[in-house]
Amino acid sequence: MRALRAISRITLINLLTLPQRVGTSLVVVIGIAGVVGVLVSVLAMGEGFRHTLASTGRNDRVIMLRSGSDSEVTSGVPREQAALLAGLPGIARDAGGRPLVSAEVVVMVDLPRRGQTHPNNVPFRGVQPAAFAIRDEVRIVEGRRFERGVREVIVGRKASQQFEGLGVGSRIAFRDTDWTVVGVFETGGDVHESEVWADAEVAVSAYRRQGYQSLTATLADASDSGLAAFREVVARDRRFAISVLREPEYYAKQAKVLSWLIGVLGYTVAAFMAIGATFGALNCMYTAIASRQVEIATLRAIGFGGLPVVVSVMTEALLLALIGGMVGGALAYVYCDGASLSTLNFNTFSQVGFAFRVTPGLLARGLAWALVIGVAGGLLPALRAARLPVTVALRTL
Amino acid sequence: MKYLPLVSAGLFRRKTRTILTLASVVIAFLLFGLLQAVGTAFESGADSADARRLVTTARYSIIEPLPIAYARRIEQVPGVVAVAYADWFGAKYQNESNAFAVFAVDPARYLAMYPEFTVTAAHRDAFIAARTGALAGRRLVERYGWRIGQKLPISSEIHPQMDGSMAWEFDLVGIIDAEDPAIRGNTDVVLINVKYFDEARRFGKGRTGWYIERVADRAQARTVAADIDRLFANSPDETKTQPEKEFALGFAKQIGDIGALVTRILVAVFFTILILTGNTMGQSLRERIPELAILKTVGFSDGKVTALVLAEAVVLLLLGGALGMAVATGIMPFVNGSMGGRFPPLFVDAETWLRAAAIVLALALAVGIPPALRARRLRIVDALAGHR
Repeated sequence: MRALRAISRITLINLLTLPQRVGTSLVVVIGIAGVVGVLVSVLAMGEGFRHTLASTGRNDRVIMLRSGSDSEVTSGVPREQAALLAGLPGIARDAGGRPLVSAEVVVMVDLPRRGQTHPNNVPFRGVQPAAFAIRDEVRIVEGRRFERGVREVIVGRKASQQFEGLGVGSRIAFRDTDWTVVGVFETGGDVHESEVWADAEVAVSAYRRQGYQSLTATLADASDSGLAAFREVVARDRRFAISVLREPEYYAKQAKVLSWLIGVLGYTVAAFMAIGATFGALNCMYTAIASRQVEIATLRAIGFGGLPVVVSVMTEALLLALIGGMVGGALAYVYCDGASLSTLNFNTFSQVGFAFRVTPGLLARGLAWALVIGVAGGLLPALRAARLPVTVALRTL
Repeated sequence: MKYLPLVSAGLFRRKTRTILTLASVVIAFLLFGLLQAVGTAFESGADSADARRLVTTARYSIIEPLPIAYARRIEQVPGVVAVAYADWFGAKYQNESNAFAVFAVDPARYLAMYPEFTVTAAHRDAFIAARTGALAGRRLVERYGWRIGQKLPISSEIHPQMDGSMAWEFDLVGIIDAEDPAIRGNTDVVLINVKYFDEARRFGKGRTGWYIERVADRAQARTVAADIDRLFANSPDETKTQPEKEFALGFAKQIGDIGALVTRILVAVFFTILILTGNTMGQSLRERIPELAILKTVGFSDGKVTALVLAEAVVLLLLGGALGMAVATGIMPFVNGSMGGRFPPLFVDAETWLRAAAIVLALALAVGIPPALRARRLRIVDALAGHR
């Protein structure tokens, strides 16, 4: 009991004198806030990217590509094959009995980022009417859908935010004539929000294609056995060589390289910063103790043991780390959360937009890192303070 | 120089503190070196660009092919001295998409366009002579353990052969390499013969991905580019011709926001270092006020004391910066090894070293000047009286 009281007394004195050491304490707080802020933001970028991917595609939908092709950009499905595939059993049908399948072309259109002039590969997707029934998450939030057979486009929310000249009513010039932007759509934050959509037939003729690149369809039976049965039907038909993938599987594959890159970047930076900050925290705690050396020695001379000293120093370090962690997390939240960015996806060779997501889990992870740095930075100085012979410490007086 | 012992005595007065500060500076510059190397790798295409080369792509998107027949017409444009072209094969090797790039090229034209690639005369001739021949970059050859003379089984994701098969096979007849590490990244490629490829592919015959032109005079590059584009204006296949550097920069720019983010990270890192080191220097000065007063008493001028304090900051950051950059440079081969060649070769270039030096200087001044000025203003009497 007495030991406990001794610990709480010293810790209290320690914390009460913190304001007198505001300079040094602030440095610990700023250092850790910097680390946690950067850590949370880089991880929030990865989280946002994963979220965009994870929300793209549904398990009951499949994408069909020419076998051997891993992405839509490199795939090709001739018109007659597309018609045959659309008629296959296993594909769901709407109330009117039409198959829920959309044959699509994906090309790139060069658009500058807002406020810049360099062109970027923005995906341009031609879709068939069924696309809106298949992807019922598509919502027109501004304007209207494009008319069939007309050079009109609708643009994803992220594309319209990132790139120049994609507002409703503006015209974009490519392939012989102007195309009018007639609407902006949202898909709940998935990769299609980085795209420009038009009528498939118009796109096919504008780009003088002989066919499509992929088919997206809703499965009548979305279970594994349903998919296996559908694959079996496709594989048995000798008229085409097509591979069938569930949408989530396909989109995860598309992002493999970029996910890896963002992950490596995030964790490398975070690890280095954490090591650097630990050195900084160590330094500051050593300094804090050096300036209180006499005080600590006096306490020990009048009978307080080493343990209370260690606990009090550790408490101080952890408190400062906690404050730093909270400040850093808050900064990351205020500055990053929801901010949208766009980069080149190497797999699809096109721009993909996503938003930083500062989740509670990430904030918790940031605080945990802060505390680890606090422990690492406080322990050695605390032990040193407790071990230093009283006589040596007092001699500096 | 004779004051060096004094500077180091000041620095190592409290060993732990200085070593810890030094360590955080080292870490910051190590991170700087690594991140800059990644940036350099992304932009190396632009750095190694030749001001006398132009690149022509389809006007609306670089993935649209252009007619091979354009070569003859581009050659007629005044100012153009050489034309080469290449097509994207869309390689899949050992079931991995885009494991490396494969370009279908006209061998003689292409190799003549890039004199910075080193190819032995024998390999060059073999590539020109063999219809199914292929040249591969040295890093690829080493990564996959290929041998000259062997068959390379590479699938295409885009181009089926006449019989519909996506599987292709080429004979490895030679190796391309480059002396300059900035250019070596451009040799991570397999070159195949377009004559064979165009004959054997089922679709897209007679078309190629992009053109590369050499102009006689770099000052004319833009005029020639405009002339080329005018030639094909209002045709079904309009073109966009730009200097090679702009073309490469366009690619780097597409990385876009991630590059900007890396810059912001580095700013945060150095700001943190500034605060930490500044605090340490300030603390160290406060503790040494009596010592500095004694120095002044024994005859050191105000200026000398100021310089001594400032020198400590400079030495500390210089040491930390140099160590950090040296480590970053030193571990590059291991980083490159662990990437398995998936990434262009990373290296720390001279420009990064220069930038690091500039940052060292700026940080040293920012950190050193406030305590140095305090030391200068110190009055001997007050300083000695204020002894603890």
